[in-house]
Order: sequence, then structure tokens, then C-alpha cells
Amino acid sequence: MNKKSDYKDKPTRREFIHIATTTVGVVGVGCVALPLVTQMNPDASVKALAKVEVDVSRISKGNEVTVMWRGKPIFIRRRTDQEINKARNVSLKDLKDPQKDEDRVKKGKDEWLIMVGVCTHLGCVPLKQQGEFGGWFCPCHGSHYDISGRIRKGPAPVNMEIPNYEFVSDSKLIIG
Amino acid sequence: MSEINYKPSSAIGRWFDERLPLLTLFNGHLMQYPTPKNLNYWWTFGGILTFCLITQIITGIVLAMHYTAHADLAFSSVEHIMRDVNYGWLIRYIHANGASMFFLAVYIHIFRALFYGSYKSPREVIWILGILIYILMMAAAFMGYVLPWGQMSFWGATVITNLFSAIPLVGESVTQWLWGGYSVDNPTLTRFFSLHYLIPFLILGLVVLHIWALHVPGNNNPIGIDLKKDGSDTVSFHPYIVIKDLFALVIFMIVFAGFVFYAPNVLGHSDNYIPADPLVTPAHIVPEWYLLPFYAILRSVPDKLGGVVLMFGAIFILIALPWLDTSKVRSAIFRPIYRQFFWLLVLDVFVLGYMGAMPAEGTYLLIGRIATIYYFAHFLVVMPLLGFLEKTKPIPLSIADPIISGSGNFAAARKDKSAV
Repeated sequence: MNKKSDYKDKPTRREFIHIATTTVGVVGVGCVALPLVTQMNPDASVKALAKVEVDVSRISKGNEVTVMWRGKPIFIRRRTDQEINKARNVSLKDLKDPQKDEDRVKKGKDEWLIMVGVCTHLGCVPLKQQGEFGGWFCPCHGSHYDISGRIRKGPAPVNMEIPNYEFVSDSKLIIG
Repeated sequence: MSEINYKPSSAIGRWFDERLPLLTLFNGHLMQYPTPKNLNYWWTFGGILTFCLITQIITGIVLAMHYTAHADLAFSSVEHIMRDVNYGWLIRYIHANGASMFFLAVYIHIFRALFYGSYKSPREVIWILGILIYILMMAAAFMGYVLPWGQMSFWGATVITNLFSAIPLVGESVTQWLWGGYSVDNPTLTRFFSLHYLIPFLILGLVVLHIWALHVPGNNNPIGIDLKKDGSDTVSFHPYIVIKDLFALVIFMIVFAGFVFYAPNVLGHSDNYIPADPLVTPAHIVPEWYLLPFYAILRSVPDKLGGVVLMFGAIFILIALPWLDTSKVRSAIFRPIYRQFFWLLVLDVFVLGYMGAMPAEGTYLLIGRIATIYYFAHFLVVMPLLGFLEKTKPIPLSIADPIISGSGNFAAARKDKSAV
């Protein structure tokens, strides 16, 4: 014990072995835990379903279809000019999550609003053409969205999500 | 209990007990265990809860023999249980209503502890273990409700798992990890089934610890005082408490059977007999009745993260209760002011439950907010302050004391207490 005090700053062999053993043990447990935890993440078969193709030629102005993508509804709405004007005449100051309508659609495809039809509050599917802003209304906890899918009133924190999508032709749309 | 000298009566019993003292353990904890002689019927719910847990485990194991945990098959396998399996309807109704009965009993058990101060020193660990059991019960009940894969199952699971998306930065990754996908789907169902099967056994383990921790200081009692060391305040667990618990259990089973046989669906939601549809949210999503007060707290906050934090806070605040309550007197019988606040809390929880079932708008929302504020104020303001402000009534010296000597002895008893 006296020896230990002589080498105050130097760790003893025993201390070294304790720390080394514990470190190896912790790393080992971490390595075992990693596959056990990540097995719960989306697997290859789930990820493989990441793209869907939609024919939009039969959707007329003012109408909307819903398709499934990654287990979630995607709203595809072909908006009327009136609806587009309404969405663009809103002052950004009135928005909870300020975003221009132009930034929520593809340039030149302004009539097509394509978004994940899931309320950003707790994941319910909002109802179309309801609520105080002429867009969507979520019946679960009362969130109101406008015709651009932006949150206007209620507990949802942000606008409805815009997925990655691409028009490969005038009638063919690929989501994902 | 160490002073009890127990020897099994049979030779085989003695042979076994010397090698593994199981019989001594049972004798000490289920036969001779000294129990306060003034326990009332509010103390029978521990035994009732044990019955509920065992019932859920047995019926659950049987249901798992016929249930199929797959998004395409789950709903029809539950219908198969209801229509084809011999007594399947009975077993499933016992399991489904058993969950409600379990929560009914646990709420009475918790409010009993709140009224008689059973969570106070030296019983803090019993209380914390109890809260952990309660949290696991809620997890098990939620996952069990998802398994039939009806509309309420699916959308309840969606709303509850989305609560985790409120976590800043990692929220989305956490929810995708919970789902095993980009929405509630088959991977979610299979893991919920696995965990739903696991949790009751975790609860069983915690129940053993809960009882072990209880048997260290012994039961609290309606007047909340420490018992005399000479044993004059106690009776043995068997037969006195065993018979009393059994009587209460039979009454409880009558209520239980009433639900199972005459109103098996009254506590459920009819929308859950519609197969899950990820494209259509039911017009009005409500959780099971036993989660409604917390749901009301969630909805009373207009901010997503704030609502989630407050909802979980409402549960976890109970863990700190032994230290939030500053009063040295355990039983509310001797706390005239606390007693009134206790009943106010009971009323408050009922109000929250009612608001949780109503649409979150207008007056309902306003009342829900006031009730939420009182819920937190009760634990964070009222309980710490009452310990300093309240003038408590004189406390008897022992359980036998007030009965034998009458109230005349109260003053003497109190004087004696303050001298110590």
C-alpha cells in the first residue's frame, strides 16, 4: 500500500487491468446490442417499396386522388386556378410554418399539389375540403390546413410533408 | 419474521425445506406474516390485482395459441377465436374485459395509497415499484389493444407512436425505429405481439419485488401509525387476511363476470370491429377509458412537444410523490385539509377522464385545461405546502389505543409522541 502512494500519479497494474477489462466488456456489450437494436429499423423489404408510379391523366381540375406510398396516403390534387390564387394570396405572416405555395409545387406544374396526407401532429389522415381554410381538416385533434397543405390552426407544428416526386411525362408521376 | 421458528410437519417437507427453504418462505410470507388488525376493504385490492395478473397471463397464453400476428390475418384470426374456437368468445372477453378490471383495481389501489399515505417513509421503494408496474401495465394494455388490427387498433397505434415524433432532432428516426417502417404496418404488429407477451412476465417479476419490499416494513394501515413491536396490533396473514381477501375477490369477480357475460363490449369501441384501413381515420379517436385522463392532458396543450411532455410528466410525477409530500402524518384521517384536496384530486381525475372522451374544443378544452393545471398544482404546490401549513389531528399511540381507551387518550398520546 505504501508503494501506491509513492507513485501517486501513475496507475497501478491492478487499476490498469480493471479499466482495460471494463472497457473491453463495454465495447463487447455495445457490439452485441447494436444488431439487437437495429433489427427494429425498416428492413430491406420495406425499403424496397420506396417508389410508386401514378397515371395522373385522368384527374380533372378540382379533383383529388389518394395513392399509397410507404404505407401512407399521398394526396394528389389538381388544383383550380382559383385555389392556386387563394393559396398564393396568403401573407407569410399569417402562417405558423411560413412557406410559399410556390415552394410546395414543381415549377410549371403549379396545379399539382402532391403531399403526404398525414397530419403532422399525431399522424391521422386529414379530411379533404373541410376546415376553416378550405383545405384539409384533421378530425383527431382539430388541425386546419389550407389549400396548399399548410398548417393554419390547431396543434400540428408544421405543414404537411411534400415527398420526393418527379413527372416523367405529362401523365406519369413517380413518387419516392 | 426471523423469530418465527417453522418446521414442516411432514418428513418429506422437512427433507425438502432443508435443501430449498421454499416452505419456510411461504409460511413466513403467506401464513404467519403479521398484518395490522385494522385493515379495511380498501386493502384487499393487492390480492385482487394478483388475481387479475394471473387471469390475464392464463387467458393470454391460450389466446396466443389461436391468434395470428400478421397484418393480413390478425383481424380474421380474432374473429376465428370469437366464432370457431371452443369457448374462444369467453376467453377473449375475459382477456379484453380483464384489462379494464385490472385498471379499475389498480386505480382503487393507487388512490388508497394516496389517501392513507402508504407511499411515505419507509415505503418509498414499494411505491416506486408500484408506479413502474402501472407504467408497464399501460404499455401492455396499449400493445394488446393493437393486436386485433381493427380501426381503433391501427389509429390508436398511429397516434401513440407519433407521440415520440415530438422529440427534437431524433423524433422521426425514433418513430421509424418503433414502426420498423414508414408507418404502422406488419413489422409494428409483430413486435407489439412479442412485447405484449413479454411485459406481463416483467410485471410478475416487479410484483414479487413489490411484495418483498412491502414485507420489510410491513403493511401501512388506516390510521397510518407504526405498529407496536409486541405484536398486539397484528393478526397473522392466514387465515384472517386470506379469508377477507377472498371474500372481496368474490365480490370483484361478480362485477367482472357481469361485464364478461352481460356487457362484454360496453368498455370497448365499436370501430374496432372494422378492419384496419390506413387511408381512413375514424372520425373520433379515443383511447380505452383507463387512459382518458392522460389523453385529456395531452390535448389540453396547444403545442405538440408541450402536450407530450406534460402527458408523460403527469405519470412520472408520481415517482417523486414521497418527497413532494412534506407532511409527517401518513393517514388522511388525521389530515383535515389534505383530505379535502384528496377528494378534489379524485374529482379532477374524473373530470379529466370525461374531457378526454369529448371533442377537444370550446368549453371541453377550457375545463380540460383547468383540470390539467389542478392535477399538477396538487402534486407540485398543495402537497409540499400542506406539510407546513396544515394543523393535523392528534394521532393515537397504537391501533388498540383508541378502541380500548376512547378519545380521552388522544392528548396523552400526542404528548407522548412529541416527547419522542
